[in-house]
Order: sequence, then structure tokens, then C-alpha cells
Amino acid sequence: MKEYRTVTQIAGPLVFVEKTEPVGYGELVNIITADGTIKRGQVLDTSDEIVVVQVFEATAGIGRDSGIRFTGETIKMPVGRDMLGRILSGGGKPIDGGPEIVPEKRLDITGAAINPYARSSPEDFIQTGISTIDGMNTLVRGQKLPIFSASGLPHNDVALQIARQAKVPGSKEEFAVVFAAMGITREEANYFMADFEKTGALERSVVFLNLADDPAVERTITPRLALTTAEYLAFDLGYHVLVILTDMTNYCEALRQIGAAREEVPGRRGYPGYMYTDLASIYERAGIIKGVRGSVTQIPILTMPGDDITHPIPDLTGYITEGQIVVSRDLHRKGIYPPINVLPSLSRLMNLGIGEGHTREDHKKVSDQLYAAYAEGNDLRGLVAIVGKDALSERDRMFLEFADLFEDRFVRQGLYEDRSIEETLDLGWELLATLPEEQLVRIDRALIQKYHPKYRKKAEG
Amino acid sequence: MEKRKENRTRGALKRISGPVVTAVGLDAHMYDVVKVGNEELMGEVIKIQGENVIIQVYEDTAGIRPGEPVENTGLSLSVELGPGLLTSIYDGIQRPLEVLVNTMGNFIERGVSAPGLSHEKKWEFAPTVKKGDEVRGGDIIGTVQETNIVHKVMVPPTMKGGKVREIRAGKFTIDETICVLEDGSEITMLQRWPVRVPRPVKEKLNPDVPLITGQRILDGLFPIAKGGTAAIPGPFGSGKTVTQQQLAKWSDAEIVVYIGCGERGNEMTEVLTEFPELEDPKTGKPLMERTVLIANTSNMPVAAREASVYTGITIAEYFRDMGYDVSLMADSTSRWAEAMREISSRLEEMPGEEGYPAYLAARLSEFYERAGRVINLNGTDGSVSVIGAVSPPGGDFSEPVTQNTLRIVKVFWALDAKLSQRRHFPAINWLDSYSLYLDRLSEWYDQEVSPEWNPLRTWAMGILQKEAELQEIVQLVGSDALPDEEQITIEVARMIREVFLQQNAYDPVDTFCPMDKQYDMMRAIKHYADLARSAQAAGATPQQIISMKSKNELPQIKFIRDYKPELEKILKDMEAEFEALRAV
Repeated sequence: MKEYRTVTQIAGPLVFVEKTEPVGYGELVNIITADGTIKRGQVLDTSDEIVVVQVFEATAGIGRDSGIRFTGETIKMPVGRDMLGRILSGGGKPIDGGPEIVPEKRLDITGAAINPYARSSPEDFIQTGISTIDGMNTLVRGQKLPIFSASGLPHNDVALQIARQAKVPGSKEEFAVVFAAMGITREEANYFMADFEKTGALERSVVFLNLADDPAVERTITPRLALTTAEYLAFDLGYHVLVILTDMTNYCEALRQIGAAREEVPGRRGYPGYMYTDLASIYERAGIIKGVRGSVTQIPILTMPGDDITHPIPDLTGYITEGQIVVSRDLHRKGIYPPINVLPSLSRLMNLGIGEGHTREDHKKVSDQLYAAYAEGNDLRGLVAIVGKDALSERDRMFLEFADLFEDRFVRQGLYEDRSIEETLDLGWELLATLPEEQLVRIDRALIQKYHPKYRKKAEG
Repeated sequence: MEKRKENRTRGALKRISGPVVTAVGLDAHMYDVVKVGNEELMGEVIKIQGENVIIQVYEDTAGIRPGEPVENTGLSLSVELGPGLLTSIYDGIQRPLEVLVNTMGNFIERGVSAPGLSHEKKWEFAPTVKKGDEVRGGDIIGTVQETNIVHKVMVPPTMKGGKVREIRAGKFTIDETICVLEDGSEITMLQRWPVRVPRPVKEKLNPDVPLITGQRILDGLFPIAKGGTAAIPGPFGSGKTVTQQQLAKWSDAEIVVYIGCGERGNEMTEVLTEFPELEDPKTGKPLMERTVLIANTSNMPVAAREASVYTGITIAEYFRDMGYDVSLMADSTSRWAEAMREISSRLEEMPGEEGYPAYLAARLSEFYERAGRVINLNGTDGSVSVIGAVSPPGGDFSEPVTQNTLRIVKVFWALDAKLSQRRHFPAINWLDSYSLYLDRLSEWYDQEVSPEWNPLRTWAMGILQKEAELQEIVQLVGSDALPDEEQITIEVARMIREVFLQQNAYDPVDTFCPMDKQYDMMRAIKHYADLARSAQAAGATPQQIISMKSKNELPQIKFIRDYKPELEKILKDMEAEFEALRAV
């Protein structure tokens, strides 16, 4: 392999190389520094005059005397059955002291888009045991459902609880978990690892760790390595894979950093104009394929800068993913765990995975009614702050009390409390029963007769 | 005629930067389709700069090197038009996704081309002209029963025409000649049309018939005309896609073209699994039979996303030329604009607002201008209605794509995240939305629904407007402090919102609400309002009026197909309740 010593410029993570033979776009590059260390990079722009290489690792030590080797192929990920239970770096190298991965295949990490015609509609209900998710923002297999959080909130606990409890009721197939950390602290990583080890989840997991002090640019490939692995486990080996990506905000920061180094015209708030497309190339790698056994379900986690849901990172994410679970600082302050605010949360695929044959026939209507009643009660809180409780009509007071009850009983649950969907829905009915029956306008009469505690008691008694 | 000494149709790549590549040594014209690299990836010329020809490539360019060949086909980006379009699902450059699954598996690999239509399949062609007839470009010369839709075979609009020398009946592929004219020109069932050029029409007409969608807030309050344009902007999660899909399902167009432009793969799958099962309320046939789908999901190549809206509207125009009413949904035009931005920035063009190219407004207006109700070259009349979803960043309507769209379109359906959080669906804000077609359509409503409808609509809008003002006061002083009659206004407004405006897309009955039912529902609410006013004048308290039981039954009407007996019963109960009130 030919080695060039024609570096002309180094700017941020970018290295410019001159006078090369034709180099392919997206090719993997090895850079050999004076002391013999090999760093990896990728071709971002290629012409017969100059080649721009993006370096994944720190550029310390790279100079005009460094040797550049073009490998002639795009970045590939070696994948194999024995990856389960392994811990890898953000660049895909084992860091758990174990042996190298024995590759059964080498796959291109950018992946290819699933042909929409080959997709199968996601409709298998995943029970997470968390009422606010199962009851009101249901997760289904093959979905991408991010957690929108902010610094200082317990999103990691929520993610871990989901990873721990997620199951498809009535099915024996187990989940494999692919966990990709991007720019999180060692402490946070340890927290995840300890939980994985304690619950025995590690042996069915593949962990990729790019920590806060690892090179930022490496973060741009970590989720792609993770998803390549996930696709292999799912579509080649038939596993149902749950992918947790955290923290996507750090990923986007890395993207911005590269954009700035390339002197690109920035889009909103300095993030690259192609960030939507770039994020889509990650998030869209979830789904089910017709006639293929496995599935890829994604739970990306991101922290909203300044708790701002209109910030480009949560905004573009929300436009790609199939809903979002929003973790709220207000609820957290009230001491409620999990502090999931159902009002801005949403699961777009919920309707495919609930109802008769999936969960229970009353699921949709109960969920709608809980939403409407909680929203109304929550609105009234603003009013009470101004006019006081006494100025409210009797109807308003009932909704106000409902909102408190809802947060205290339905939202709040234990870190290890695993509620079945029946428990969640029955709890919903129990709360709705505190409202007068004629206020339940979103539920049809037949369902009220069947599930309302008042009639149920009668039927049982 | 070509005066060039040598025609250089083959050049070499000089630079590759993502989806944009530069070639040299190539004669090219703007928007010529070229084949890039050893794998012959499809691309289109978008800029010529001296010797440099700049090309956007519709497929992933990883691994392509400088020096690889580039070949100019000399054609512009075109679609194949003919029998076989309906029920198809295409990517942005009209490659049939079903065929791609068969040739390259479950993932979209590159370098595979597939024709838009089947060239093997034989269609039963029945001529409608005979030997000796005079035909011109655009004229219908025969029909093919494509699905339950009759596909009309036309003389290509660019052909001069003449006397028919020979016309054949029977089974033919789209490549076989079915008609020969006196001057020897041969006509097949296949037409190729460059997507960036609008298909010609004789005359554009003013739209005066509404596109009935079965969605109460749209048909009732903010209707779109057949041949009209509408925009649905809204933040994520406010229900753009559900609204678009409802329109694709239930609008009373004869042909539907649905473009999933840079959106989610699973959503397209949902359409694909759902549409074949749904029935057209008018014909009882599967909705899929009148539908053409274009799916260029967000992770498919960005240049093909840019092309997808043109591919879609060209297909829509082709069916319009046959005399059909076509409605086209583009979800989402923001993703299309972003594709333009992405390519523009790779070209290092001087950006306009928020990094979008300066020609954004021009492109958007060119696109929407291809909508309209027209008289075709062949004398039939047809229409293309265009409904574009817009995804403003952060839900902020002041951003360039929303603003430039609103300057063009006539109907604005403003989605509101607050409403969707409250599970008020469709989450279309009744105060911000508007339709500029109201005047032009009022005659239709007078004749087809009832002369009472237009005043009823004005009344409802008035109540909703009033409620918004009152809510501001309620926020300050509480609802008990309002005068009696205003308390009733608030109650009536609540009924309009909960009974009329809220509609459940997932309920088998409520998902489509015919216009006469909409009228009956609104009239029932008005009836309550009138009774309430006179009861109040007679001395009843708002508490007594608001706590009436019978009106709480009204929402149930939505879920009943033969709602009339139930509605009558409710109205009777309502009157009895008011009667009893008066007696006290």
C-alpha cells in the first residue's frame, strides 16, 4: 500500500493531502505519525488535486511528516456471533481485555436504507412496565422512540428500567441490547455497566463506549458501528435488538465541530444544513423486514440544551423519530419518578400495537381520556395560581384534583416496579372513576359498562 | 442541428464531495441525465462552469474515485407514463420499489436501474378513434382498464398529430405501436416526460368545486377547491402526516398521488399495508387502485428526494390530462427544501435566509403553480390539487419555507402542538387557519348542501372567535365571573370544538364524515344554542342550561353510521329538557 507524505494543511480534525493517485470518496485512511502510532480517518472530499481526510482520533502528533495510507475501501465493521457480552471502544476495538472479535462478516458501517416496500409494519407491543409509556406512549417493535431529557434528570434510570423490563408479553424471545455511549462520562458509563452486570443483561449485550475524553470525531462513527452490529444481530441472526444511543446531543456537537472545521455554510444555530439527513441515516436504521425474524428497536437519548424542545437537536430528531418520551424537570422537582411528562410525549406507532389482539380493547380510549383529563387539569393549575381555588367551578375542581392524582398514582412508580399492561389500564380506570361518568366523553358507553370500576364491582358482586 | 465537431459524451470525474461530483471533458446541458463512475450511478447536471460539469448523484457515492468515467445520456430526467402507474410505489426517480426488492433484496443498494413501468405486461387496448379521424397532441385515442380506473391513452402532447392511418385493438405492451398516423409517426401507450417541465394545457380555470375530504374542520370551515393549493404546517407530533393520510384516503379525487419526501420508512409501510384494505366510500373499491405512491425516505439519497416532488407532480398532471381530478399530497415540502439547501451548499452557492438557496421561493412557486383546474389539450377538464405539508423547525411559522409557501397557497391549515397535546385531533387551529376559496365555493354549498350552510358556518366561526376573547378574560377572573349569556357562549363553543371539530381518524365511522352529516351535526349544536338563548331570556340560570344531560349524548353521533334516529332522539330529549325547565 502506497504511503504519501504530502500533507499540506491540518485544521481541526481535517487533514489535507496533495498529489495522490485517485482516492475513493468515503475511503478509510490510516495516518502514521512520526512515533509510529496509527490513527484512522475517512475521506470527506476527493479530487485529483487534493484529498480531505477527517481524522477520528486526536490529531496530536500529526504533522506534515506524517504518512498517509489510503486503504482502498470504505469503513467496515467486523461482526460475529461472539460479540454478545463484549465491550468495545467507540471505534469498535475491544477494551474489555478479551480477544479480538472473530469476524463472520465485514459490513459497511453506513448501512443501506431498508427498501420501504420490504418493511413490515411494526405492531408488536413491547411492555416496558412503565405506565406512562405502556399506557399512553406505547413502544412497539421496530420503532425509534427517543427520550428527550435535559441535564440533571434521571433519563439514564428510565433507559435502564426499559432495558431491564422490556418484553413482548406472551413471547419467549429475548431482547439483545446494543448500547452505544457517545461522550458520556466514565461515571455514567460505569453506572450503566454496573446495572448490566447486576441484572445479567451484559451477556446479551454489545457495548460501545466513546467517553467524554475520547476524540469527539470518533463519536460520528460510534452509532453507525452500533447499528451495523444491531442489524447483523437482528437480520442475520434473528435477535430482537434494542439499541440505546446516548447522548445524541454529543453526537450532534461533533457533527457541528466537523462542519465548522470544513468551513461549511451553517444551518440553524451553527449546526450543519445536512444534519436532518445525517440524523435520519442513524434513526431510520430501525424496523422490521418482511419475512425476516429479527427487529431493530431504537431508544436514542438526548439532552435538550437549555431544556429547549425547539433546539435543532430535539427538533430534527422529533421530525425523524416515531414520537418522543419527554422527561420533565417540573415532575422531577416534585420528586416523582419516572418524571415523564405525557403531554408533550407521543408514540406515533402506538395505534398499531394496541387494542384487541395486542393489549386490550379499551386501551386507546382510556389513553385518550387520561390525556384529555390530565391536560385540562394541568391547564387549570395556571388559573388557580391567579384566581385561587375558590373561583373554580365544581367541575374544574374535579379535574384539578385528577391532575394531582394522576401524577401521584399513574406517573409515579418504583425504579424496579414492573407493571403489566392490565395493571396500567386498570389503574387508569381507577383514576378516571374519580370523575363523573358523563365527563368521560371519549370513551363509548359499551366500554364504560365493561371496564368502569363501578360496573365491574357490580358485575363481580 | 449539432454544429460541434466532436460530441464528447464521455468525460472523467475530477472531484467527489458527497452527492455532488464534478466531471471534465464532457459536453452537457443543464439537467441532462448522466451515468457516473464505473457503477453507472444516475446523476443530473446542475451547474456548468467552464470545463467543469457539476452533477448531483441520485445514489450514494462512497468509493467513487477521480478519473472514473462519466457518460452523458443527453436526456433530461424523465418519467415513464402509461398503464401500470396505479398501485405502484416508486422511489424519487421512479424506480419501482417492488422491483428493487426482487433485484437487490431488502436494502436499497446502488447502481441498479429499473424502468418505471413494466415493458412486458400486455394491456387490453380499446381504441376510441377510427381510421381517418383527425387527432392532435393530447387527444385520447383509446382506453385501457388499468384497475377500476380507466386509463386513457393519449397522443403525446408534443406530437403534431394528423389523420389516423391505422389503429389496432387488442393486447399490447407499452412499447408496441397501437396507432400510426398519415405522416408515418407511431404512437405507443408509453410517454416519456421530463419531470421539471409542466405538461401543457389549453386553459386554466378558476376552481369552484370543493375537494370533499370527509374531515369536518376542512370541509366545514376551511375547504380547499379541486385544483387548489393548501399548506399544512406544524411542529412534529402535531399530526401532519395523519392529516395528509386522511386526505389521501378520503378526499373525493379520482386519482391520488402521495409523495413521502424525506419522511419515515415505517410511515410509508403503514400506507402500503393500510391502503389496499381500505375502501373508497364512493366506489367501494380498494383505495390503492387509485393511488400512486412515491417514497423517498429520509435516509435515501438526498438528490433523489429533491427530484421526488417533480416525479410526483408529473404523474399527477398526466392523469389530469385524461380528465381526472387528481389530488397530490407532498409530505413534507420542508424536506424537499432541505434537499435543495444541502445541494446548494455543496455547490458553495451564496446562501439566502437560514442557509436556503436564494431560489427557494421561485422553486416553491413553480411547483405549486403546477396545480390547478384546467381544460386539457383534448378538451376534457381535469384538476390537480396540491396539499403540501411543511415542517417548520421548532414549530416556528416565521421560517423561510413556511413563509414562502404561505405567499403562494390559498388554504392554510395551521397545526397546533397545544391542541395535539390535549389530544384535540385533527389539531388544526381554527383561529389561525384560513381558506381563500370560501367565496368561490359558497355557491356550491348553497346548492349541494343547504342554503343554510353558509350562514351556519359564519355563526360557528363567530362563536369560536368570541370564545377566544372570553377565554382571555376567564384566565384572569375565572369563568364564574362571566355574564350569564357569555357562559352559554363558552358552553356552545365547547360543543363545537368537542362535537364538530374533534374527529377520530382511527374510528371506523368517524374517520370519514359526509357533508350532510356535518350539516346535521352543526345544526343540532345551533339548535341547542337557540334553545339555550331563549331559555336564558325566560329566566333560566346558566347552571341549569349547561347541566342538561341530553346534549352530552351528541358526541356519540360521530361513531354511528346511521345516526339519524339517534340524533332525532337526542333533539327530542333536548327539547323536552328545555320544556321542563320552562315549566319550573
